[in-house]
Amino acid sequence: MRKSLLLGDEAIAQGGIDAGLSGIYAYPGTPSTEIMEFVQHSKQAKELNIQCTWSANEKTAVEAALGMSFTGKRAMACMKHVGLNVAADPFINSAFTGVNGGCIVVSADDPSMHSSQNEQDSRFYGKFSLIPFLEPANQQEAYDMAFYGFDLSEKYKLPVLMRITTRMAHSRAGVQQRDIKKQNNLKLPEDLVQFVLLPAIARKKYKKLLGVQPLLEKESEESPFNFYKDGSDKKLGIITCGIAYNYLMENIQNTNLNYPVLKIGQYPLPKKMIEKIYNECEEILVIEEGMPFVEEMLKGYLAKGKTIKGRLDGTLPRDGELTPNLVAVALGLTDTKGKDVPQVVVPRPPSFCDGCSHSDTYIALNEALRGYDKYAVFSDIGCYTLGALPPYNAINSCVDMGASITMAKGAADGGLHPSVATIGDSTFSHSGITGLLDACNSRSQVTIFILDNLTTAMTGGQDTPGFGKIEEICKGVGVELEHIRVIKPLKNQHETNVKIIKEEIEYKGVSVIIPRRECIQTLNKKNKEKFKNK
Amino acid sequence: MRNDIIISGVGGQGIVSISAIIGFAALDAGLFLKQSEVHGMSQRGGDVQSHLRISDKEIYSDLIPKGKADMIISVEPMESLRYLPWLSAEGWLVTNTNPFINIPDYPHIDKIMAEIKSVKNNIAIDADTIAKEIGSVKAANVVILGAASPFLNLPYEKFQGAIKFIFGKKGDAVVNLNLAALEAGRKFSEKNK
Ligand SMILES: Cc1ncc(C[n+]2csc(CCOP(=O)(O)OP(=O)(O)O)c2C)c(N)n1
Repeated sequence: MRKSLLLGDEAIAQGGIDAGLSGIYAYPGTPSTEIMEFVQHSKQAKELNIQCTWSANEKTAVEAALGMSFTGKRAMACMKHVGLNVAADPFINSAFTGVNGGCIVVSADDPSMHSSQNEQDSRFYGKFSLIPFLEPANQQEAYDMAFYGFDLSEKYKLPVLMRITTRMAHSRAGVQQRDIKKQNNLKLPEDLVQFVLLPAIARKKYKKLLGVQPLLEKESEESPFNFYKDGSDKKLGIITCGIAYNYLMENIQNTNLNYPVLKIGQYPLPKKMIEKIYNECEEILVIEEGMPFVEEMLKGYLAKGKTIKGRLDGTLPRDGELTPNLVAVALGLTDTKGKDVPQVVVPRPPSFCDGCSHSDTYIALNEALRGYDKYAVFSDIGCYTLGALPPYNAINSCVDMGASITMAKGAADGGLHPSVATIGDSTFSHSGITGLLDACNSRSQVTIFILDNLTTAMTGGQDTPGFGKIEEICKGVGVELEHIRVIKPLKNQHETNVKIIKEEIEYKGVSVIIPRRECIQTLNKKNKEKFKNK
Repeated sequence: MRNDIIISGVGGQGIVSISAIIGFAALDAGLFLKQSEVHGMSQRGGDVQSHLRISDKEIYSDLIPKGKADMIISVEPMESLRYLPWLSAEGWLVTNTNPFINIPDYPHIDKIMAEIKSVKNNIAIDADTIAKEIGSVKAANVVILGAASPFLNLPYEKFQGAIKFIFGKKGDAVVNLNLAALEAGRKFSEKNK
């Protein structure tokens, strides 16, 4: 069978489909978005009737996956790393309830923050929740781990976390597919209170979860994704996690370095394997993508044992993504480099597209705010965050999805006026609605812009959960109808828009302005499709 | 056999089509391949690059080490220079000469060209004009790929096959346009190398 060329994300999706997936739930977020998109575009998934519509946010995604698993079927929930913060409540508790059908939660980390607000390492969530977790080193493993992960999940009736990072998610390689598994039949949990976390039940569940830990450790000892490669030179033992193994092999493949290597792809850590390499070698080097998760565990707080090298002692940088060059230096090999970047090269930061509706909105907003001496524009996450850059310099915050409305409310409560929020339509459906309810309940004097470009632009133009319902939602949570103002963000509407914004800023309550114009990227895409079909 | 290639440009310029063609050609030739690309934030008009590695042996790292790339293929001249730390001393720099100006401080093109010319092995090609002459500026990326093709260890027919496969759905006219673009780029390099 010919190998198919798949992104890491796509390999996970194809693996899931082939392993009998019945439903996938996700909210977009780089670098995880392509997992869901692959299923949505897959003919095979369509024929198999696999459920694959976007969820409103990561929390609803994990809960829906848990519900699918309740019926005995296999489910996946996918998100970027910060999405797991949003979904942390159901995620942690699902370790207590356990699952019925196999359930895999995929969390895609973004070390070096190529498209993110932080570089948290999802493995901490794996340890925190006490469930087994997987970290593929290559696309083939990513594919295989979907099969393996579902089986493991059903064997222990626990959710399984799969942690990937940007390079794994967005790198393509050949993947060999396996025979397809049929989807599970509907089969409800035998224990009627399995999912009822009343304290008395939860306490039992917790003891059970603790009790199963030695078995999970044993699974890791025997896992096909963990192996020990002996070496003759015991001066150093090297432990690698996930794709760090690739950077190690890249560097040592044509050298005479011959250190023992422990490659880890399944957690909880395989204790016996760790003990073996620790006891046999004089020093240990830990190479892991992300935070020093394994390194910290081995080293211990007082660091009284053998020398453990890695990100904590400066052998590797404390933060940021690994590269083959960084690993070369950590191994004492020479660092290679071509010419320096010539001085004429200047940075080219991302920026609004030509004709973007957000830029017209910010120009109008900036003008409306001129003349006020103290004010703030709390913003959110999406293309419109680029309003922070010159020439706009239009926003004062970007913290986490939904935080614009709630921070503006808090600041207004603290006496700030104007207190403005700008939030995208997708972000509003993700986690802006509850904040708007809060603002309405306290009648805070805030002006909230819901920037409706009819899509989730930043992540490539996915459908927005609240599409076509925004005014209704605002009305429903308590915004007065006269203060829901829809404007058209266009240069030729500038004067009108400024006037409306000024009026609403002066309104002593919650007002919502909805600048509505389609994203120029999705519009172009649609026009191209039309042209093609002619 | 091993080719490590950096492909660069500006978000939205469609560098993926170049890596897709090389990728298909490499797979068709029975080679191993890894291709790491940029998604997300920087696609909004920022600088983007893709690491493409093909080899007859297993490839480990998704990223090319600095100083080891055999080639930089760039659809934009300033962007071709951003990745010089990756290019090996004997590596080729193949770039379009048409600047994509979306920043206020874009340097003067002469200064950029001088730096490009100072790279030992370089091909600077006005791919936009060549593509227009053939029929559509849309084929500029394939012209650049054609210009890169003589320095890659893949038979020319494999590139042609990949184009036929990838553009096949869009009809014969598009396939022929891109085959002509590939050919024109290749001829340019053979004359100017
Ligand atoms: C918790 C969380 N989930 C997902 C993301 C990824 N993300 C960043 S911006 C964005 C979409 C924003 O869409 P929208 O609010 O409509 O604004 P637009 O980009 O269309 O302007 C997403 C999904 C994130 N940063 N944090």
